[in-house]
Amino acid sequence: MSSFRIFDIAGSALSAQSVRLNTVASNMANADAVSGDPNKVYRERLPVFQAAPVAGSADSAAVKVLGVVESSAPPDKRYEPGNPLADGQGYVYAPNINSVEQMVNMISASRAYQGSVEVMNTAKSLALQTLNIGK
Amino acid sequence: MAGLDSLFGIHAEALRVQQQRMNTLASNIANADTPGYKARDIDFTKVLERAVSDASAVDAAPVAGDMPPGGDDTGVAAATVYRVPVQPSVDGNTVDVQVEQAAFADSAMHYQASLSFIDNRLRSLMTAITGS
Repeated sequence: MSSFRIFDIAGSALSAQSVRLNTVASNMANADAVSGDPNKVYRERLPVFQAAPVAGSADSAAVKVLGVVESSAPPDKRYEPGNPLADGQGYVYAPNINSVEQMVNMISASRAYQGSVEVMNTAKSLALQTLNIGK
Repeated sequence: MAGLDSLFGIHAEALRVQQQRMNTLASNIANADTPGYKARDIDFTKVLERAVSDASAVDAAPVAGDMPPGGDDTGVAAATVYRVPVQPSVDGNTVDVQVEQAAFADSAMHYQASLSFIDNRLRSLMTAITGS
């Protein structure tokens, strides 16, 4: 039934934004996870969103997460000879994660999530009123 | 269903159009962060004009005037337009969440208005039938 398509659309937005929140949490948690090998250090994870057409309706589109890609930004090189993980020259490599960027991303994701929840609530109350018509 | 259609007037059709408009606006809000997504909206005036111009044809052939299969698109798809962005963004996305939320609230209110018209019509019909 077409009235429930709106739940599919808003639901897809909720799941996409929660993937985004998860990647932000993962990035923040691993911001200081250093490694002695620049190829093995944690890399910032970024979700890729794409509009996905909804079956049977040309003018609406859900959103789907195409995948989570890893940032290609080069890791931070720090001179910490005392660190047990340091390589031969005394360097450790930290992921190049900007915590301000992550926080902004988190706020944007949480606002978008709230917006979709609001859409879902409105649609739900309208659907319930329609079910109770004539009572 | 021709009898019921004339009973509820334009409101039954208005509910369907507002519902599709809410679907479209929900898509815009859902894709607020999707790169390259273009915001869309349904031009209610265009749908109404089309409905008015089709009305005579519907009267002539009441069977063909019933709801199209799946309750879908025909007139609405033609009235779907792309929104002109107020603040275009670099990634090609033209969704302005505030504008979409306002439009969604507007659509929800119109839906509710049509719903109360139908509801009142049904109540008065029940009063006429039961006499109480």
